[in-house]
Amino acid sequence: MKKAIINCLRVNIKDNVVTLIKEITVDEELIGKDVPSGLRSCSSLKLGHKIAIGDIGEGDRIIKYGETIGYASRMIEPGEHVHVHNMVGGRGRGDLE
Amino acid sequence: MKFMGYKRPDGTVGVRNYLLVLSSVICANHVSRKISEAVPGTALFVHGNGCGQLGADGEQTQRTLDGIAKNPNIAAVLVVSLGCEGSSAERIVENVKATGRPAAHVRIQDRGGTTATIKAGISVLKEMAEECLSQEREEVDIRDLVVSLECGGSDATSGISANPLVGWVSDRVISLGATAILSETPEMIGAEHILSGRGVDPGVGKKIKEIVKDVEKSANAMHVDLRGTNPTPGNIEGGLSSIEEKSMGCLAKAGSSKVMEVVRYGEIPKSRGLVIMDTPGFDVESVTGMLAGGSQVILFTTGRGTPVGAPIAPVIKITGNPKVAEWMRENIDFDASPITLGKESLESAGERLFQKLLYVISGEQTSSEVLGHTETGITRIGPSV
Repeated sequence: MKKAIINCLRVNIKDNVVTLIKEITVDEELIGKDVPSGLRSCSSLKLGHKIAIGDIGEGDRIIKYGETIGYASRMIEPGEHVHVHNMVGGRGRGDLE
Repeated sequence: MKFMGYKRPDGTVGVRNYLLVLSSVICANHVSRKISEAVPGTALFVHGNGCGQLGADGEQTQRTLDGIAKNPNIAAVLVVSLGCEGSSAERIVENVKATGRPAAHVRIQDRGGTTATIKAGISVLKEMAEECLSQEREEVDIRDLVVSLECGGSDATSGISANPLVGWVSDRVISLGATAILSETPEMIGAEHILSGRGVDPGVGKKIKEIVKDVEKSANAMHVDLRGTNPTPGNIEGGLSSIEEKSMGCLAKAGSSKVMEVVRYGEIPKSRGLVIMDTPGFDVESVTGMLAGGSQVILFTTGRGTPVGAPIAPVIKITGNPKVAEWMRENIDFDASPITLGKESLESAGERLFQKLLYVISGEQTSSEVLGHTETGITRIGPSV
């Protein structure tokens, strides 16, 4: 059997997203340390982008580096791209003032 | 540990030996450039400031010009002024002379215009060149090195490979008694609880929280989401989704050392070890501030790829993005992408980057130097009046 090549990184065990270290295509399996087996990407994405590894509810924290980096602006499913279309920052929100 | 550098009379150590032509105000930029072009071995510092600046804003520009002029990489300085501006060319000259280094001044309004000032400036500069440019490198201690930690044009690889790599080298130089400066206060937003816990005493921790609170408050006063400006559109395209995510990545540049001191923009630190300077996240302005603070070399990470350099110091450009390492290779000095791809350990790459740093501070040219990049920018804190 061909050895699977790592394509993503879960920086901290507390994280609910992984970061891609390679460009991936839709339905590609996500392979990396501490990444749940069988997880597949819902879309084709470029290196550096994030993917949810479990269900994230609207308003839930997005965790990377073991720290809160923002909040889900809607329900996010496992394998879904996590970025500015479905998460907001919690800081520097002059638009809310 | 020793390296080959230039000893200055005030005990500081240069990694380059420049004769500097420094414009005191935007109105003197053209004359400064013409003088500088006529004498080989000269560095040029021009900028858009120097007049119509109120209070702390004017003082910040002056402090920056004072600091740039006496940066350890500078052997001697010629200041070019207009004559009626707000900044003080005299103060710059006095400050340089106090370090035991030669400094001179030509004023356009006293010399009778552009052509006469260029002629007078070239004559003064040629004399200085004979005196200063023959200085040779000697064995000096790495304790006198001040390394700037910078990131510009970040993407998600910056936070997972290039910045932790720079953090590893920062810890290494600090363990040898040297200094490293972390800057870019907006890119501490969301990570200040970690950074403040690393203050050497509660006062330093409190100060870190204060500068971050102040910068967030002034950003929020514009009534827009910071996202879109910082992180920039390019940062976002590179996978960064919020300022908190960017900040967590930026923080990695500071390794794990204690924070000894927090200084203002362009201020020279009193402590050795890890120091924080309160600068904008705009990389060119941040680097200019750290050079005014006495830094001689910059470790600069980029995930998107940026060519920027500095007129008075070598910039070592590092990327963790394998595509950028290839696509923009003429602008990259160090490829950290093997860490991103899991092919090299942080320690192994850290040793390689540390060796690269030693070569560069002993004279090896970096890509920004070879290509002639000399960007500068002095940050503003008030309106022009």
